[in-house]
Amino acid sequence: MACAASTDLLDRGWRVAPQVALRPEPFGALVYHFGTRRLTFLRSRLLLDVVRGLDEHATAREACDAAGVQASERPRYSRALTTLAGAGMIVPQDAS
Amino acid sequence: MSATLVEQLETGLDAPICLTWELTYACNLACVHCLSSSGRRDPRELTTEECQGVIDELERMQVFYVNIGGGEPTVRRDFWELVEYAVAHRVGVKFSTNGSRISAERAQWLAGCDYVDVQVSLDGATSEVNDAVRGPGSYSTAITAMENLAGAGFAGFKLSVVVTRENVSQLDEFKRLADGFGAQLRLTRLRPSGRGADVWGELHPTAAQQRELYEWLLAHGENVLTGDSFFHLGGYGAALPGLNLCGAGRVVCLIDPIGDVYACPFVIHDEFRAGNVREPGGFARVWRESALFGDLRRPQHAGACASCGLFDKCRGGCMAAKFFTGLPLDGPDPECVLGHGERLLAARGDDPIPRPSVDMSKRRPRRRPARACDENPLTVIPA
Repeated sequence: MACAASTDLLDRGWRVAPQVALRPEPFGALVYHFGTRRLTFLRSRLLLDVVRGLDEHATAREACDAAGVQASERPRYSRALTTLAGAGMIVPQDAS
Repeated sequence: MSATLVEQLETGLDAPICLTWELTYACNLACVHCLSSSGRRDPRELTTEECQGVIDELERMQVFYVNIGGGEPTVRRDFWELVEYAVAHRVGVKFSTNGSRISAERAQWLAGCDYVDVQVSLDGATSEVNDAVRGPGSYSTAITAMENLAGAGFAGFKLSVVVTRENVSQLDEFKRLADGFGAQLRLTRLRPSGRGADVWGELHPTAAQQRELYEWLLAHGENVLTGDSFFHLGGYGAALPGLNLCGAGRVVCLIDPIGDVYACPFVIHDEFRAGNVREPGGFARVWRESALFGDLRRPQHAGACASCGLFDKCRGGCMAAKFFTGLPLDGPDPECVLGHGERLLAARGDDPIPRPSVDMSKRRPRRRPARACDENPLTVIPA
């Protein structure tokens, strides 16, 4: 049933938006959206690993697990990904 | 998290976030406050091929975009070609212009370019105030350019204003002007850099005006861009939007028309020259290995400001503003909100104040030699 689809971001598949570039830095990474010209700072290398791995996993939860995010830390990463999604930095895998 | 973002940024990045690249010192205006003392082209300016080489390097370093200025960058014959080249190499371009080359056709072309942003300079919301600083006719030139951009459907271009004693009372009018064109207002600080050193004393906002400006900026939040230029006002209370740090050599730098790399666009002086993109290793090596940038990325001494409770907010202000007003770099900004800078300026002796190392201002007509034989009859052009 379509209406049963989970609204939890972690249960969906995501990828970095086509107009977005990631640049690793000692503190994490810079994320830049060429369309909106917005710049965002990823404040840890672990978050960078999660974001980079999104495309290779069916859900964001799997991407977090694969990068080594502890279960207790997952809500924090979920919030970070929600912010990135809100800014259009990451988009659902099924978005055209 | 052990260190704040600002502390982390102060130790430097693998590549700049925000790179200013002045493509030429040539300009068809002669603004009294020009930060780069522009006017005439320097014969040593980077060639088209050299510029493309720099862009290739920026692409490899993942510099997301460059702020191109000058001089008036559009007077370079290869300017539009270089814009296309940068965009094709995934280096976004925001360029500053006085608007003189933004015809209706050019505006159409620009509106169709992804990754290109335009910043039109205007320093008065009326022609009287603007033209006194930027020269006769420059107001209507800029307005025509903005009409062309708006007419072409270029949404969100920037109207860029250097805040002065004369125009600070026009902030609401600037905002209305920008809104009317579907543009975004950008306000920046007047620095005593370039020819700005000659007029800073009479044009920089008074203490009372600074306070008004601060309140106005707080009220408008992120809708008005500032390029982080007013972080020295943070001492008034709440921090303004932005990173609020001096990014010189840490997150920003300048490449000048002959390829010299300076710590920021406002310090064109030998003391802040880190190297040249024509040297082996190019721009990347200058950015990563220059001794000057290494120094700027080490923890800075608060100096005379160490005991000030506001230091965490203003961080001592702008290096360029201090340098070109003859104030010590480890002390207050000349526009310190507590007035410490003003007191230092008043007590400043007759020691010479540093002058910019480059001055390409258009020369006034040269005086003739008193007698023909006073001038060497031979000119030797070095190979």
